[in-house]
Amino acid sequence: MRDQRLWTWHVLAGLVILLFLGLHMTIMHLDVLIGIFNPADPHPIAWTNVLARAKMGFFTVSYVVLLGAALFHGLYGFRNILFELGIGRGLKTAVNAVLLLGGLGLFVFGAWSAWAAGALARTL
Amino acid sequence: MLDNKGHPNRLGVWGWLGGGKWGFERYLYTLHRLTGLGLLFYFLLHIFVTSARAFGAAAWEASMARVTGGIFVIGEFLVFCAFAFHAANGVRLVLVELGWAIGKPIEPVYPYRTSVHEQRPLALGIMVVAGLLVIAGGLDFFILH
Repeated sequence: MRDQRLWTWHVLAGLVILLFLGLHMTIMHLDVLIGIFNPADPHPIAWTNVLARAKMGFFTVSYVVLLGAALFHGLYGFRNILFELGIGRGLKTAVNAVLLLGGLGLFVFGAWSAWAAGALARTL
Repeated sequence: MLDNKGHPNRLGVWGWLGGGKWGFERYLYTLHRLTGLGLLFYFLLHIFVTSARAFGAAAWEASMARVTGGIFVIGEFLVFCAFAFHAANGVRLVLVELGWAIGKPIEPVYPYRTSVHEQRPLALGIMVVAGLLVIAGGLDFFILH
């Protein structure tokens, strides 16, 4: 039952990623063909564009949502692959603990950097 | 679901590639896993590399300078291709899992048809979509820039 619930969250997280990572990829890598949300410079990773996006609350929120969804989707998928290899119960517990703590740590760090970049952008 | 009771996964990772004669969808399964692992690895690095924006323009420029140009352009394009495939195939998997693309149950009358016959056009169509995304990305990465 628990795995069914986690699998459902895995699928739902995939749909969230499809939406927000699709937007991110469009901004970053289809910048000549489509060219959205790069108001200050033709190059998407130019600091002026990074600053302009960081000032928009939408991007701070979408980065944090994408970060959480992608960490859960990726680490849960990785966990499933490891568990399918038939590892022992003790190792499963260790994998669960490492992925959970690692995922939470990365989420806190990534969310902080998205928030801090937004705060910095609004002061400039 | 994950315990494999009575059917241990003896082939391990090699079963992804060398487990026998498989259909087209089996190779999509293998590619889905490989691209997923690649994207996860890139994403974990990406979190650290892009966190430099929290420390101002100089830190950002220095961080981007370390991962721009040369082999990184090829690497980023491979990430884009992995995303295009993984996303398109993920949509197919959701549709199939929800039972929207496998056809209705039918009588087992010879010549037998299975749900694979119903799924195949979706799999091929999804790969065309992924291919078009890769072409668009390739244009943007290598020709229009």
